[in-house]
Amino acid sequence: MSVFSALVGQTHAVATLSAAAADAAAVLVGGPAGSMTHAWLLTGPPGSGRSIAARAFAAALQCPSGGCGTCPSCRTTLAGTHPDLEVLRTEALSIGVAEVRELVLGAARRPSRGRWQVVLVEDADRLTEPAANAALKAIEEPGERTVWLLCAPAPEDLLPTVRSRCRHVLLHTPPLADVAAHLVEHDGVDQAMAAFAARAAQGHIGRARRLALDEQARLRRSDVLRVPFAVARVSDAVMAAGALVESAGEEATAASAELDAAESAALGRALGEGSTGRGLPASARAALKDLERAQKTRATRLRRDALDRALTDLAALYRDVLAVQFGAEVTLTAEELRPQVRRLAEASTPESTLARIEAVLSARAAIEANVAPLLAVEALAVRLWDPASRSDDSAVTAPGALTSR
Amino acid sequence: MSERSPAGPALTLVLGPEQLLADRAVMARIAQARHADPAVEVHELDAATVAPGEVTAQCGPSLFATSVLVVVRGVAEAADEVSSELSRLATEVVDLDGVALVLVHRGGNRGRRLLEAVRGAGAQEVSCAELKYDSDKVRFVESEFRQAHRRASPEAVRALVDAVGSDLRELASACAQLICDTTGVVGADVVERYHSGRVEATGFKVSDAALEGRAGEALALLRHALATGVDPVPINASLGAGLRALAKVAGAGRGSPEQVARELGMAPFQVRKARAQAAGWTPHGVARAIEVVAWADAQIKGAGADPRYALERAVVTVAAARSGA
Repeated sequence: MSVFSALVGQTHAVATLSAAAADAAAVLVGGPAGSMTHAWLLTGPPGSGRSIAARAFAAALQCPSGGCGTCPSCRTTLAGTHPDLEVLRTEALSIGVAEVRELVLGAARRPSRGRWQVVLVEDADRLTEPAANAALKAIEEPGERTVWLLCAPAPEDLLPTVRSRCRHVLLHTPPLADVAAHLVEHDGVDQAMAAFAARAAQGHIGRARRLALDEQARLRRSDVLRVPFAVARVSDAVMAAGALVESAGEEATAASAELDAAESAALGRALGEGSTGRGLPASARAALKDLERAQKTRATRLRRDALDRALTDLAALYRDVLAVQFGAEVTLTAEELRPQVRRLAEASTPESTLARIEAVLSARAAIEANVAPLLAVEALAVRLWDPASRSDDSAVTAPGALTSR
Repeated sequence: MSERSPAGPALTLVLGPEQLLADRAVMARIAQARHADPAVEVHELDAATVAPGEVTAQCGPSLFATSVLVVVRGVAEAADEVSSELSRLATEVVDLDGVALVLVHRGGNRGRRLLEAVRGAGAQEVSCAELKYDSDKVRFVESEFRQAHRRASPEAVRALVDAVGSDLRELASACAQLICDTTGVVGADVVERYHSGRVEATGFKVSDAALEGRAGEALALLRHALATGVDPVPINASLGAGLRALAKVAGAGRGSPEQVARELGMAPFQVRKARAQAAGWTPHGVARAIEVVAWADAQIKGAGADPRYALERAVVTVAAARSGA
């Protein structure tokens, strides 16, 4: 079983990467570089498996038999513990220059196992501009045996200077049938549920798995999909916005509370909390404060991610409405709500549906630009209530105007 | 001030977040002790940094004085050992000859257990609660003048609270200044001379003016607030909160304010205010206002070059949206 078998519906990318891995093996015994190069950029929509692809590629580089998936090299690489693998990912909103400088130092080492020194940046889109510039030199001319793997949703998420120094591998949104089959095979989900989850997640594998396995996630999704039917008045829209933000907050709190408690307890123990004496020294308190701060940024990120998922579901529902309005013969992402979607489609025009989709997208952009989430979702809700009320001002918050994305 | 024992109460608890009042209480206690015994030894300690045992050591008999007064500040921040040491001392200090202890706690939930122990030991408690409402501040100003054996007209007191009411220290020093510099009854004209044109402009005042359609006043208040260093973000947030309350209350039906407040998770006074403000608003007006506030939020947070312009535009648009424009 090859390491690439974990990738769903990415035949093209798998072919490129395994060819490169084969050429890389040839380089080690003095052969030509062929299709192997020192910097790779893997892009694809969220959930298409960018970091899985990157790890699989790293394993294929480290494995003597080109990514068998069973040898110690493969297993440690996939787990992120291989000595010649540096992984940079973040649970915060961005990756700062300090972290990257450290990574660049590590990237200059020769591989201890004699194959490749792999540096994997899983959230390259979250590199701040100074951070990306700090990595630029190292990406352009790394050591002889160093390989950089960068993952991002789209090439445009990176500085042009960084982008131009990488070979680009594009991952597609995996076909729904492949996602469903993957769920059935790997997670033991039954056919109907797998099909529902794949459809609802629109090819996002992690999200599909979550929907298939977690009852709470399904309930939250159906709460979100009720919003378009619950904005009969402005006051309803404001209430619905409040409920949406609150439920995203609850989801994030539940996710982070458990992590936080365990981490704080572990660090407290390590620093000697609860022992007798003068109490914690000032430096230990500072370390605990640092941890608290890191946990706070993670909580912010989790809250935003949860809200972003809700907004994605909402946009998908209006995509369904639009499909019905145009009479397109496609499966709806919310197939289970077809009668309601049809009613919504009959009660509005394609123009207003498009305006509503745009409103959802601009709310996502606004939240990313640090607008208070509640305020952004309220502005979205009143536009769902009456898409014609879109003022000239909000053109400024349209996607693309705020960020380079 | 009662003089129960020569050196006053053995255990005093100064409780509450208002720093100025806490400082005054501590100073009064020290003065009282000095009055009883001019040679009293005063030790001031910070509970967050003392080592365990230090407070006990200071409470011991002194070679150079017959009485000792120990003031421990910030007992809420005390480490566990120090906290239990203080609890023990609080019960023992009554029996110690010539020793008095003053504990300063900023209120809140930290150090709850210690607080209970100190109360159980029969401490004399001085409350330093925060002065939240204007009526409290008016009472504070009145008592400042009364203690100086001076009088101020009600209008003058009102004007003073409006001008410098946001910070209690500032309010106290403004009173002190008026007491020193003027003679006779302090009238509104005197306050006007000292603090003319100065209005405490908060985000809420800006938002109230805008929501009630008074564009000119809202703009003036906004300029004031920005000029006195209020951050644009909370000003815009209070516009958003005002609109939110207004929209929710408008849709909540005709129940009593208390009932509606319970349903919406707001305070009754907020419901009353939002109801009064909701008159004159159309649904489309509310929608437009919410959108412009969201736009301004993005502008303030870096999407635009000038947060002041964004805020001014939001305020003007919100005020105009009220009449359905």
